[in-house]
Amino acid sequence: MSFLSALADKGNRIAAHRPWPRVVVDADAWRQAVLGVAAGEATLLGLWSDGAAVHMALIAEPAATGLLVVSLPCPARRFPSVGATHPPALRLERAICDLYGLEPEASPDTRRWLDHGRWGVRQPLGRREPATADGDAYAFNPAEGPPLHQIPVGPVHAGIIEPGHFRFSCNGETVVRLEQRLGYVHKGIDGLMQGAPLEKAAKLAGRISGDSTVAASMAFARAVEAALGIEPPPRAVYLRALMAELERLANHFGDIGAICNDASFSLIHTHCGILREHVLRVAEACFGHRLMMDRVMPGGIAADLVKAGAEAVPILVRTIRRRFPELIELYDSTASLQQRTVTTGILKDELARQYGAGGFIGRASGRAFDARKTPGYAPYTELRLEMPVRQEGDVDARVWVRIEEIKQSLALIEQVLAALPAGPINADAMPPPHAGAEGLALVEGFRGDILSWVRIAPDSTVARCHLRDPSWFQWPLLEAAIEGNIVADFPLCNKSFNCSYSGHDL
Amino acid sequence: MRKLLLESLFQSALTEAPPAPDEAALAELTQSLDRAARRRLGRSLSIREVDAGSCNGCELEIHALNNAFYDLERFGLRFVASPRHADVLMVTGPVTKNMREALERTYAATPDPKWVVAVGDCALDGGLFAGSFAVTGGVSQVVPVDLHIRGCPPSPTALLKGLLALLERAR
Repeated sequence: MSFLSALADKGNRIAAHRPWPRVVVDADAWRQAVLGVAAGEATLLGLWSDGAAVHMALIAEPAATGLLVVSLPCPARRFPSVGATHPPALRLERAICDLYGLEPEASPDTRRWLDHGRWGVRQPLGRREPATADGDAYAFNPAEGPPLHQIPVGPVHAGIIEPGHFRFSCNGETVVRLEQRLGYVHKGIDGLMQGAPLEKAAKLAGRISGDSTVAASMAFARAVEAALGIEPPPRAVYLRALMAELERLANHFGDIGAICNDASFSLIHTHCGILREHVLRVAEACFGHRLMMDRVMPGGIAADLVKAGAEAVPILVRTIRRRFPELIELYDSTASLQQRTVTTGILKDELARQYGAGGFIGRASGRAFDARKTPGYAPYTELRLEMPVRQEGDVDARVWVRIEEIKQSLALIEQVLAALPAGPINADAMPPPHAGAEGLALVEGFRGDILSWVRIAPDSTVARCHLRDPSWFQWPLLEAAIEGNIVADFPLCNKSFNCSYSGHDL
Repeated sequence: MRKLLLESLFQSALTEAPPAPDEAALAELTQSLDRAARRRLGRSLSIREVDAGSCNGCELEIHALNNAFYDLERFGLRFVASPRHADVLMVTGPVTKNMREALERTYAATPDPKWVVAVGDCALDGGLFAGSFAVTGGVSQVVPVDLHIRGCPPSPTALLKGLLALLERAR
């Protein structure tokens, strides 16, 4: 019997949770789940709370044969720490403690994470205890020794970038330790979701991270659709994939250009910027919004493909196929650029596996995982999709995975257009939710897999919703990848990861 | 690379004609720019961008201003790395409480004369995030704002229109 099915047998299954099972377990089974995850029998996909219980989403390893949500009620407002045994859970637990006041027992890291002492309230989604708003001091992990010096960076950075704080401890030019402090852009999205009508909640989901608006909207919509038991019509399903691949193209062009720019090679940056702009203009021609915000809604999509857009897409594909190979060749044959990216910022494959690193970060370090393939969802289950995987784990590998994924996205777009069904773009009227309707979805954004969990109230509003951006498991890996590199290579490493601040901070 | 560079020599430029300055923005600015400031700055403004809690959507479109199509620098507008070098703070997001002090300090570090441009619907009044325990509810709650550019996110053209209006007044 597999680890997950044995675990599922230890708890009471919640009938209204779809499409994968959710079981309520006792503390012993919770601890066994944690030990199994730490031993690599399953990968942690998410850890969140609804105020009364903590929930942990797991996917079986190695074949990713199933998903399971394990829930532990916390009447005493505490739960056995997952992070104490499995470090990838640490920041998630700190966030739960900040927002809901549920304490991870015996956690090695009890520092506040999202709560900087500025809200005027502690446990804003729990007991709501009034507090001062003067700001808390933060104890960074020490790095000690006579030659070490510290470089504090942020939260306001020197570019058009999101805010966050990086604390470097350096020995000369070499980074000995990087520690991040995040949470600066916490907007209280979990709180705003509570009681929100589906339409507003969908908009919020589309703004957890602006660059992944299509993917996050899709994750939210699929979770709601699972909870309510509705199917979006085939045309909507295919057009969602068109949007998702356009989004992936735009972001990958942006990233490849930005990485080269941080190695002071601005020619590729300029040309990638042109290709990115082409993609955004076609997105606007197709769906009326450059980033395609609010175009994916529960039940279908908000805008059908405009005829002028449908004609522009094949031209876009041809343009990219004509212009991009030259840029790839330039990247590959410029020694001064390769010198910066090859063997820089290596992420070890064990760490990528342990943290369940999604997207190009995982796939550049040998973790062959793509939510479009496993667990898979329509229409990708009917399309040909190859998954580029590299073993080197350096900046260069992360560039190459993106290059290969651009080619895959172009092929997917062609397949979508060739097989695009006619018909409506929205499901018939939404059925009223059955008691305690809950849904889970896993969707592959450009950055990696986005987990979405939702509980619908009887009045069809959102009772609870949690969206886990891939960055939660990628940010800590950046700290590991930069170790032993020089300070000047940090921007390169950081861009090659391109973690989301907003998606993480919520 | 030679082929790429050669092509660029013969190809016509991608850069598009500038849009007309935004009328509403001009009206909003009439009060805030005095003659002395215009004399001192001429037609060149340095912009420091501050993300005060945006979803990053606005940043993507602000980035696009630098691409070949919009080419912001032809107007004498450029992004700088430090508030000490800036004439304009371009602020996005509903201003999270966790970013409030950082924004105030950035504003204080910007030498006079200075202007604040709030970008995006949530920078106006908190937008979708208004009412959350974690946000202050708009840039003008924290620092004085001279110009709002609406949109979620505003397109690069809308951003350009707003900035050109600022430039018109500063001239």
